[in-house]
Amino acid sequence: MKFLVQQQPAYAYTGGQTFDTGKPSIVFIHGAANDHSVWTLQARYFAHHGFNALAVDLPGHGRSFGQAKITIRQYADWLIGFMDSGAIAKVVLVGHSMGSLIALDVAARHPQRVSHLALLGVSAPMPVADILLDAARYRPADAIDMLNIWGHAPQMKWAASPSPGTSTMMANKRLLERSAPGVLASDLAACNDFSMSAAELAAIGAPTLIISGTRDMMTPPRAQLALAKQIAGARLVSLEGIGHALMQETPSEVLDALKQHCVIE
Amino acid sequence: MSAPKYLRPDTLAIHAGQTPDPLTGARAVPIYQTASFVFPDSDTAASLFNLERTGHVYSRISNPTVAVFEERIAALEGAPAAIATASGQAALHLAIVTLMGAGAHIVASNALYGGSHNLLSYTLPRFGIETTFIDGRDLNAWRAAIRPNTRLLFGETIGNPGLDVLNIPAVAAIAHDAGLPLMVDATLTTPFLSRPIMHGADIVMHSATKFLSGHGVVIGGIVVDGGTFDWEASGKFPTLTEPYAGFHNMVMSEESSVAAFALRARREGLRDFGASMAPMTAFQILQGLETLHVRMPRHVENARKIVAFLAAHQDVAQVIYPELPSHPDHELAKQLLPEGAGAVISFEIKTATGTTGSARVAGKTFIEKLNLFSHLANIGDAKSLVIHPASTTHFRMDAAALKQAGIGEGSIRLSIGLEHADDLIEDLSRALVAAAKVAGT
Repeated sequence: MKFLVQQQPAYAYTGGQTFDTGKPSIVFIHGAANDHSVWTLQARYFAHHGFNALAVDLPGHGRSFGQAKITIRQYADWLIGFMDSGAIAKVVLVGHSMGSLIALDVAARHPQRVSHLALLGVSAPMPVADILLDAARYRPADAIDMLNIWGHAPQMKWAASPSPGTSTMMANKRLLERSAPGVLASDLAACNDFSMSAAELAAIGAPTLIISGTRDMMTPPRAQLALAKQIAGARLVSLEGIGHALMQETPSEVLDALKQHCVIE
Repeated sequence: MSAPKYLRPDTLAIHAGQTPDPLTGARAVPIYQTASFVFPDSDTAASLFNLERTGHVYSRISNPTVAVFEERIAALEGAPAAIATASGQAALHLAIVTLMGAGAHIVASNALYGGSHNLLSYTLPRFGIETTFIDGRDLNAWRAAIRPNTRLLFGETIGNPGLDVLNIPAVAAIAHDAGLPLMVDATLTTPFLSRPIMHGADIVMHSATKFLSGHGVVIGGIVVDGGTFDWEASGKFPTLTEPYAGFHNMVMSEESSVAAFALRARREGLRDFGASMAPMTAFQILQGLETLHVRMPRHVENARKIVAFLAAHQDVAQVIYPELPSHPDHELAKQLLPEGAGAVISFEIKTATGTTGSARVAGKTFIEKLNLFSHLANIGDAKSLVIHPASTTHFRMDAAALKQAGIGEGSIRLSIGLEHADDLIEDLSRALVAAAKVAGT
């Protein structure tokens, strides 16, 4: 589905359903140099179970026009613009990695726009290793391999894929390779530069779910636990043996956690 | 902090796609010999059908044993997805019917496996899909043959049986300039001699019956989605970029940014045409695949020794092998196939008169005098194989068509196996002596 956000066409995957103003909306935000397709399984479920599912392509990503933003705050402002464009007052907001920071920022600054918050592969702050930042700027092919390998649990280098006949890691590699030049470096820098005060975190009023993988090397479990302690009432679901690419490594467990959080029976 | 690494192909050939069975702890890949799979509850069942959850429903669409093979090949090819099929021919058919329908056109190298030639030349036109065959070495011919309704360029890494080496980077560039994908049949090379996607191909297919298995006990194929082609930017592939009424109006390219082709091929092609791979077949291919990285170097090593023997033999008129300086693709083979140009060799027995009749008789005698080499219509076995293409795999071609495909009427094709090279050379030597007597040399 096409929207017009900040005077630029923007795309959101709707799970094959038509947008219905009478339904609650759930918005999925992808991570650095990714697009909506990382969410298609989960979004498709919600789209067929009473929600407007909207898995966005952030500006400069996937099918959305415009330049990629250079700060998380700018992405958060764009997301509010996206909601305004669709006349969506309030959403369940689900973010992964960089998308989780965008969701955090929206939830902290616009609490009236977020009914529930779900953060996957999150840490705040989200420091990015210098070797990765440097590679993203000057050797993007190397950066893609680093991000792809560190972004999955170690066994994903060979293990059976939850999605029969697919290579989870090679699919992610291709997706990263499809990002426009400079987007990966810009997104990683935005993550690295992000900060949020304890007071801002405390301002988050939406019921919050954090989904963490025990083998996540990008946003380690201890960082997710620390964040959970800073958000009032936040619930932490820890998925054993899973890395940073939670939606691909264990899509059904992620879906079940999201369903429970959004009280879908 | 040092840069992380992927697993190397040798390791992937043994492990990729398999997690030891969580219920039994079985280390080998279990054979899930079942047509269907029990749904834990109605909601999950509905979600599986609607692609909200992943998993297996019915073995025509996917099966856990088959998925190990698919994921192993995807990993070896460096690709997002692969789909196993009942045969190599089924893989070729699945790829074509996923991309196009009646009114479409294919440009293909004329150096193709005879079965592929049959499908493209005789059968698909009946369904409205035409193919123009060109000299695969002539880049201008590729370019010139492209029409507004062309939807695919197709060739083999090493053209069976002429052993033409496909200039994948150059042909891929021609395809991409025209908004078209390049599909490559990599049966003769396997991922251990060539990974076509790295060179620019978009779709790869194999007959898994051959080197991937190595034992010659199964018929199987696989088609690989490289995830590199931008179907939406091309605008020529409505099966992948427009709503599909046959699956809830799903738009494949929206559903999967990097494997839309594989998604449609599985959800439509396997579902409706049904040429899926049996679990036992996948298991048997996997037994061979686990040693592919050990076997391919030995195939190549033996092939090089046989080539050297034949090239020096007084009763051999010509040896065709891309690593020979006399081969037109010698330089290209060095560039694209540095690990070896495969284990299939063609050669011509020298005849005194040079007439067609004596060439045919000499070839027949040669084959009948061989002991270790098996006379049959296959390649890529652990056992060395021999065939006379003009009377078997390419028997439907007349002399002119054979010549166009680089085959003489007396050509012999060898598929070099894993035996001791000296035993093979002694066998060939005996048969050549007998053939020379018939040929009058």
